[in-house]
Amino acid sequence: MALPKHASTLERVWHYTYLVICAAIFLFLIAPILVVMPLSFNAEPYFTFTEKMLKLDPTGYSTRWYDMLLTFGMLEPDAPRGLSWWADAWSNAAWISAAKNSIIIGFFSTILATGLGTVAALGLSRPEMPARRVIMAILISPMIVPIIITATGLFFFYSSIGIQNWGIPYLGVVLAHATLGIPFVIITVTATLVGFDHSLTRAAANMGADPITTFRRVQMPLILPGVISGALFAFVTSFDEVVVVLFVGGLDEQTIPRQMWNGIREQISPAILSVATILVLISIALLTTVELLRRRSEKLRGVSPG
Amino acid sequence: MSDAMANGQQMLTTADGKPLKQALARAQSHAKRRAFLLVLPLLAFILITFVAPIGQMLKRSVHNDGFTMHTDIGSGVETPIMVNLKGWFKANPAGTSPDEPAYAALAADLVELKRLRAPGQAGTRINYELSGSRSLFTKAARKADKLEPPYKQALLDLDEDWGDPALWRVMRDASSAYTSNFYLAAMDRTRDLDGKVIMVNENRQVYVKLFKRTLFLSLLITFLTFVLAYPIAHLLAVLPLRHSNLLMILVLLPFWTSLLVRTTSWMVLLQSQGVVNDTLVGMGILGDENRLQMMYNQLGTVIAMTHILLPFMVLPLYSVMRPINPSYVRAARSLGATSWTAFRRVYFPQTVPGIGAGALLVFILAVGYYITPALVGGADGQLISNLIAFHMQKSLNWSLAAALAALLLGGILILYWLYDRLVGIDNLKLG
Repeated sequence: MALPKHASTLERVWHYTYLVICAAIFLFLIAPILVVMPLSFNAEPYFTFTEKMLKLDPTGYSTRWYDMLLTFGMLEPDAPRGLSWWADAWSNAAWISAAKNSIIIGFFSTILATGLGTVAALGLSRPEMPARRVIMAILISPMIVPIIITATGLFFFYSSIGIQNWGIPYLGVVLAHATLGIPFVIITVTATLVGFDHSLTRAAANMGADPITTFRRVQMPLILPGVISGALFAFVTSFDEVVVVLFVGGLDEQTIPRQMWNGIREQISPAILSVATILVLISIALLTTVELLRRRSEKLRGVSPG
Repeated sequence: MSDAMANGQQMLTTADGKPLKQALARAQSHAKRRAFLLVLPLLAFILITFVAPIGQMLKRSVHNDGFTMHTDIGSGVETPIMVNLKGWFKANPAGTSPDEPAYAALAADLVELKRLRAPGQAGTRINYELSGSRSLFTKAARKADKLEPPYKQALLDLDEDWGDPALWRVMRDASSAYTSNFYLAAMDRTRDLDGKVIMVNENRQVYVKLFKRTLFLSLLITFLTFVLAYPIAHLLAVLPLRHSNLLMILVLLPFWTSLLVRTTSWMVLLQSQGVVNDTLVGMGILGDENRLQMMYNQLGTVIAMTHILLPFMVLPLYSVMRPINPSYVRAARSLGATSWTAFRRVYFPQTVPGIGAGALLVFILAVGYYITPALVGGADGQLISNLIAFHMQKSLNWSLAAALAALLLGGILILYWLYDRLVGIDNLKLG
């Protein structure tokens, strides 16, 4: 990217303008995500930087909104903060129970999506797979079909089969989230399987390994990074999903995005920003994990970055 | 095989004496079946939990039995309703003005409706096409037992709207559960008294306008993401991997961040008391009294959606630009091309596949967007998805919602098919 010595003045000017433009676009990408972080420590119930905050006056900052995340919905939020206070928060605070629901739903839908998706990806990446193109298109379609159409379809479907009477909590939402997560698993796992050397499995079979042993000892270690990435994608999809939960989730199935959605529509408070900050930190952690996995996978498969 | 034998050639066989061709075919079909069996569980899962529900929902766009069948909520027993009237419609062609037998049939059906406590459902079905009809049915059914012949006069005395030819036209259409009227309604069309398709009253034309707006805003967003993504994808592609991997994080982090978080951030930034306006006022560019209205309108939708969909444009562009050999541009320059010509004639054409892939993907995702327009769109920044949600949750006209959904889905599937043809779904990349 360095400028050659013989570049003309015009080219130099353009080169630096270009870099400035790029910097501005990167700022556009990242600023909205970073701006919520300091604002979530606002001492005032405003969504903008107060004068005190700009002067870095400590009294302009507070953790009151984080505190509110804990106390909102508690039976006795003002009791002394002992063991019983935390027990109260754990069982009654609205955001904590939303987090619990989100994690339970995310966990089971991820297991379902990753399990089914990985096995299907193995089949899809075999050269002899029949009708590959059509089947792939069907399996990826949950990502393409507008979420509102999926949600309305599931709303009618679940009420016609009466899924809420089956006595399995979260079942409808878990199945729906698994469906939404599957395309991501398929994409990431088939991507790791591209260029997979099938003579490895043949060699394993040749040496007397049955298909399950071959999968467990030869294929799985090689595709594991892709599987974990896909699982993380599936989890994030479920963790972030609100429309399906709004349409098919029971009243007691409050998740973090649903709680946020209600918060944004009704009584928007900076508490939402503190949730947002926590979610951004979680996504940074997930992104780092996926990035490390990708590098590991590239190393394993011998396609290291140049 | 028999030809080969006739030629006297030795037939190739496997060790256990089977013809090789047969053995190979068997092995291949075995491998095929095994590959398919691996995919089968997931395919069945998707067909049951995704394709079937959507198909079932779309059926509502052509099928509405509100005026033909009553289902008891408790027992699930189905009773046909409006049978007498349906019989009259069958016996008399469209356009026949209702006579005394017609009103007698209607009165008998109203008595039945009252017994089943179903006048609301039948009225609602008619109300979808002729507003104000629901109360007509509930009122008439309440007094149905006391109606005396001549029924025509009795019903007209109750409410003279019962003589409205438009009402009879709608009842005739609704007496069959299968109808195309909801698709007509979704395209701002209706039927006149003779059943011919006409445009609805000008001040009630909303859907075509909304489809056009959705299309326009999606195209605008696609264009904006292209304009913003192209420079940074290029920068990422030409930097050494060590640096570009770091910068790539700035693209991937928004991609991984919750959609609601990003939308909330934009609400914070764009509010009239928000960060952007405060900064502009603080810098003296803007007076305190004329703060920009950037949210709850189309501008808010466009800004937020451009930001949210930007990574979907950067990633395909990047994956096309990375392998482009820089010596092509250098060769063009050494042959005397200016840097602009070298870009226009040599570099840009090589990136067109990436532009196509990114633009199609962004456009497909933008057309069906719901959450962001719902939160920052205000009244005129709403897209077609928001109207589907409105008819699902508020107006409860599910058949119309299904018809709108079917039109939207049809368009998206065509684009999806195009994407598969041009780009290939296998080439979809996520970071």
